[in-house]
Amino acid sequence: MANEVTVNALPMRAAFGTRLDPRRHPWWTALATVVLIVGTWIATGTTPVALELLWQWTPALLRGLLTNIEISMLAMALGTLVGLVVGALSLSPLRLPRVLTRWYVQFFRNAPVLVLIYFTTYVFPFELHLVKWTVPFPDWIKVVLGLALPTSAVVAEIFRGAIQSIPSAQWEAAQSLAFRRTEIFRLIVLPQCLRRMLPPWMNLYASITMSTALASLVGAHDVVDTAQIASNTVARTDFTVLVYFTLLGVFFAYCYPIARATRALERRHARH
Amino acid sequence: MPVTDTPASPLVALRDVQLSFGDNAVLRGIDLDVQRGQAVSIIGPSGSGKSTILRCITGLLRPQHGEIRVGDTRVDTLRTEAELIALRKRVGFVFQQYNLFPHLTVLQNLVIAPTRVAGRDRATAEREARALLDKVRLSHKEAAYPGELSGGQQQRVAIARALAMRPELMLFDEVTSALDPETVGEVLTVIRDLVRDGLTCVLVTHEMRFAEEISDAVYFTEAGVIVEHGPAARIFGAPSSERTRAFLHRALGEGPRTAPARPASFPEALPFERMRFAL
Repeated sequence: MANEVTVNALPMRAAFGTRLDPRRHPWWTALATVVLIVGTWIATGTTPVALELLWQWTPALLRGLLTNIEISMLAMALGTLVGLVVGALSLSPLRLPRVLTRWYVQFFRNAPVLVLIYFTTYVFPFELHLVKWTVPFPDWIKVVLGLALPTSAVVAEIFRGAIQSIPSAQWEAAQSLAFRRTEIFRLIVLPQCLRRMLPPWMNLYASITMSTALASLVGAHDVVDTAQIASNTVARTDFTVLVYFTLLGVFFAYCYPIARATRALERRHARH
Repeated sequence: MPVTDTPASPLVALRDVQLSFGDNAVLRGIDLDVQRGQAVSIIGPSGSGKSTILRCITGLLRPQHGEIRVGDTRVDTLRTEAELIALRKRVGFVFQQYNLFPHLTVLQNLVIAPTRVAGRDRATAEREARALLDKVRLSHKEAAYPGELSGGQQQRVAIARALAMRPELMLFDEVTSALDPETVGEVLTVIRDLVRDGLTCVLVTHEMRFAEEISDAVYFTEAGVIVEHGPAARIFGAPSSERTRAFLHRALGEGPRTAPARPASFPEALPFERMRFAL
């Protein structure tokens, strides 16, 4: 309603009417503007050369981006699986698993991601020899492993924190209602934990996705690697600048919605 | 009105119960009897072990010495989870801090234990849950989450949640201590109804007037021992121990806060009170 009042107060209304006011439809306005500009360029044959080149390279860049997304999703899946196991062990009543998992978490949380990627690249062989076959061990899988290590450490901490944030009174209340310990964990504690874990887990995913840009340094053919190849091949300064701006835009377009969704979830959970 | 030392067999009986946390002796030989259908209040200063007694009765804490019976169950000897669960199905517990499950709606809070623990079918459990919500005057809140309710409303849901297991004994642990003064009345009204319906209740409370009004027997504890016990009228009217007298004098002398529920009179009284303060 507040919007309506502001809009009505503007002289804009006389020209466009409330329904067509560009302020109310930013996405449609942006799209219309782009179509208009591109249309003019095509019609008059004045498209800037750098943009035309970018258009040619777009399919290659998107293929590269797909690699980044695959790496981030696999690293996240693997890291989450391992992290949940590590996190569960860190809550063990036994001392040994607690100590071991604490070292695991501290070690990989405090290691630079790039170093971990180099580490997994050179620790694992470039080819696997199985009996008489030789199977290549592709670089991008090593990047997945390199990113899964810090992911698992952070997921373990998120999980441990979520479990410990459930007040012991919840256990007591459920016990007094005659629940078994396994039922309390499954029906009362875990559902509350998952809700608390989701926002930090999504944040972690966004940050892992950004870290996939490091994959290009060990030879994976990701979007950054493709951009470098494009830049070297075309060898025009304006194109190079444009390609890296595009790169920034692509990562932003992928990660920002995740951040927004995380914030929306946090707000919803804050209410109940 | 039955007196504490009638024969029969009491529903709850504690004999020389002793419990300590490390070097800190919390209970130092507690004897307590609750007859079926009685309401028994435990009063006494903070830290005198009142809540610990309730936790021992439902097996959340295990005393180092002494004997606890609920019906024919020896609570102090229960070891396995299955034995404790069998006991807790018969005993309802209401906490000072409500402890509702925040991820479930009010109705789900009432239905989860009867369906998952007592094995009742969902339709029956929901029908009973709605009847209980009606009883605690919260029918209109069944779809709300605990975080959306006031303290008094949450506590009434917590009482209904415990009742949903059809317990034969209810334990109330300072259930109004965390509430705003204006919502205390609505919770006490619910408990008063339960006592009138003949449900066996043990209350730890700081609401002295309420304890006097509804209790068949009152126990006064101090420093982990029962100083004296007896019918409510005698404990409040003519306590035999000097310590009981001193405690009651302090508890009742500090103003009219402990008056039982008279919600209707509040809205009228309040503006005048404010004006008097303003003048």
